[in-house]
Amino acid sequence: MSSFWSIWISVLTLGTLVGCFFLLRWCLKNFVGVKEGESTGHSFDGIEELNNPLPKWWSTFFLITIIWGFGYLVLYPGLGNFQGLLGWKSSNQDVVSLADSKAQMAAAKESGLLVQYDREMDAADAKYGPIFDAFAARSIEDLSTDKAALKIGQRLFLQNCSQCHGSNASGTTGFPDLTDTDWLYGGKPEAIKESILNGRTANGMMPWGAALGGEQGIKEVAAYVISLSGRSVNPDLAEAGKAKFGICAGCHGAEGQGSLAMGVPLGAPNLADHVWLYGGSQRVIEESIRNGRAGVMPAWKDILGEEKVHLLSAYVYSLSQK
Amino acid sequence: MTTTLEHSSYNYKVVRQFTVMTVIWGIVGTLVGVLIAAQLIWPALNFETPWLTYSRLRPLHTNAVIFAFGTSALFATSYYIVQRTCKTTLFGGKLAAFTFWGWQAIIVLAAITLPLGYTSSKEYAELEWPIDILIAVVWVAYAIVFFGTLVKRKTSHIYVANWFLGGFILTVAVLHIGNSMVVPISMTKSYSLYSGAIDAMMQWWYGHNAVGFLLTAGFLGMMYYFVPKQAERPVYSYRLSIVHFWALVSLYIWAGPHHLHYTALPDWAQSVGMVMSIVLFLPSWGGMINGIMTLSGAWHKLRHDPILRFLIVSLSFYGMSTFEGPMMAIKSVNALSHYTDWTVGHVHSGALGWVAMISIGAMYHLIPILFNQGRMYSIRLINIHFWMHTAGIILYIVAMWISGVMQGLMWRAVNADGTLTYSFVESLTASYPFYFIRFLGGVLVVAGFILMAYNMFKTIAAKDNSLKAVEAA
Repeated sequence: MSSFWSIWISVLTLGTLVGCFFLLRWCLKNFVGVKEGESTGHSFDGIEELNNPLPKWWSTFFLITIIWGFGYLVLYPGLGNFQGLLGWKSSNQDVVSLADSKAQMAAAKESGLLVQYDREMDAADAKYGPIFDAFAARSIEDLSTDKAALKIGQRLFLQNCSQCHGSNASGTTGFPDLTDTDWLYGGKPEAIKESILNGRTANGMMPWGAALGGEQGIKEVAAYVISLSGRSVNPDLAEAGKAKFGICAGCHGAEGQGSLAMGVPLGAPNLADHVWLYGGSQRVIEESIRNGRAGVMPAWKDILGEEKVHLLSAYVYSLSQK
Repeated sequence: MTTTLEHSSYNYKVVRQFTVMTVIWGIVGTLVGVLIAAQLIWPALNFETPWLTYSRLRPLHTNAVIFAFGTSALFATSYYIVQRTCKTTLFGGKLAAFTFWGWQAIIVLAAITLPLGYTSSKEYAELEWPIDILIAVVWVAYAIVFFGTLVKRKTSHIYVANWFLGGFILTVAVLHIGNSMVVPISMTKSYSLYSGAIDAMMQWWYGHNAVGFLLTAGFLGMMYYFVPKQAERPVYSYRLSIVHFWALVSLYIWAGPHHLHYTALPDWAQSVGMVMSIVLFLPSWGGMINGIMTLSGAWHKLRHDPILRFLIVSLSFYGMSTFEGPMMAIKSVNALSHYTDWTVGHVHSGALGWVAMISIGAMYHLIPILFNQGRMYSIRLINIHFWMHTAGIILYIVAMWISGVMQGLMWRAVNADGTLTYSFVESLTASYPFYFIRFLGGVLVVAGFILMAYNMFKTIAAKDNSLKAVEAA
């Protein structure tokens, strides 16, 4: 901040504390003009006021807190730009990016500054880092049968993944079930790790209403999609839908078998099974076609780090191996 | 007692109106509180209706208890106190009536717009800008009536209760206008003029001083009249009232940043907020000492007078909350307490213990005087109300302390591998028993208020002067 504001803050802060000190000193003296313990002589609607002295313990304690206040402001940042004698900071508050944060953390470490957040992160890394390094050196298949590893993986899952996928990983509307064998991007250890590490953000289903010629087209294609999983539909609608399914086949495959079955990790679901990410009713399928779907899995690399993602992948992999 | 003016020459009408509404809003505000407390245990109680959801009723609850119940009590008592201690009727003629109808209109508007989902999203300042403007207009009228009455007073000095009331009226005007500055985009939506950390700081400068000036200074003004009046004893120390008044008002205004510890708020602001909050501890206690010591030589009255009991126990809760507050403002304590139910418990020991109890005591003192009776319809019912209210508060705050500290400890517990021991849902599940105890406490408080309303209406309905004052044994 500019030196004007720095001085402004310091003067007002110190002024308030100094003011409290002189106020206390003034009221410790008997300036009222009557003896202590007697009435001041005013009467307000029958209420009088006694001229009793301030309780000694009270004024002493008040004085101590004022002195403590000065002491704190000498040691810690408080008076504008003055950083305090301890050189303590809660965190590098002016960072604007993760890279910036890491650079500042390194700089603080080198100069010996007491940046509390950096110190705590460093301490945690030093203490827990080796544990995760050891796990990261083993394969996901190996870890997926190691009880200790799975326990940690489950905790990571509960903290970071359960908000969308549910505490038991069985998913909900729009968020895939991770305990079954139906996968959008693949259920192999490496595919799961890739999904978590870098997220699945690029794909999504576009709205197709206009390309299908409006509501009638949507209705027909939806009927055909339902027929793919063997349910009974109006055969005329489905027949008309089949003719229009060509534009869907690019991602979902000619038989609606999904992109994974074609060996491409596009995330386009298998439409011929009984698993429905957003719901399998005529109404919901129409909605998916009409408005598209834009589900996103965020990338966790920068949040958790690769070692923890590795362990998490083992936990998720284990869920479908039973 | 040397009252030069007869009762009839004071403006008691507006005091009566605000007094009756205080009791009614007390029921409404706490009832909504009990409903949302129940929703935390049985979520189905929102009946899948948008305007009955927790998110919309919670601001309705806080607005109803702070601005409908608490502020109506302050209007009633400040208009009463300023007339009696200045020996003159209210200044401004019809302006006082305007503040009553204006304030009730604001409350009704709040009760309609908040459930409909219109909100500025600022805590305790949720009302949208047209209502904010109405609040500012009514508040300026209130200030004109109050300070106008002080100016034309027939006493040489200004009584200490009026320092606190004046300080509260003036500061709340500044806080409300400062924090409510917005850019309107329609009649029902606006965006704050401030952004980011500055917006957060403005919000808590307002938010904490709504506590400091409205809920503390205002009610200390109430305390300085009704405690000595009900105890029939002189105020303990004039000099203590001077030092604690000036220290309280000059320190409180700094305390807001303690709501933003360990956030994007600059370190210097966090430190200053913490220092001022701790130095504020003793000045806060000055009011408690002055109130409780006023009872010197009259302690026996507590045995027979439930009204005095309300007033004195309110001061104990005040002392407890104003000790707890500075402790929670210490960064390392705050790291445990913040975002937990501990905060909720702290607020309610202040709101139900201090604010509600001092108001209830003052109302029981006022109602017979305002409606030409020697006493309330039933002293026994006051006594029952006292015990119900006290038991309700204790259930509430003890439950919230335990659940708050438990949540704080569960959230920070880590395993040997550094992962968190508990998921958020686990801490929520662990809180359920305490939510139920809190709900029970709330039910007791509401039931007490309903008892009070019954007692009030029976007193009002009784023939003038038919209820004779009980002579002290």
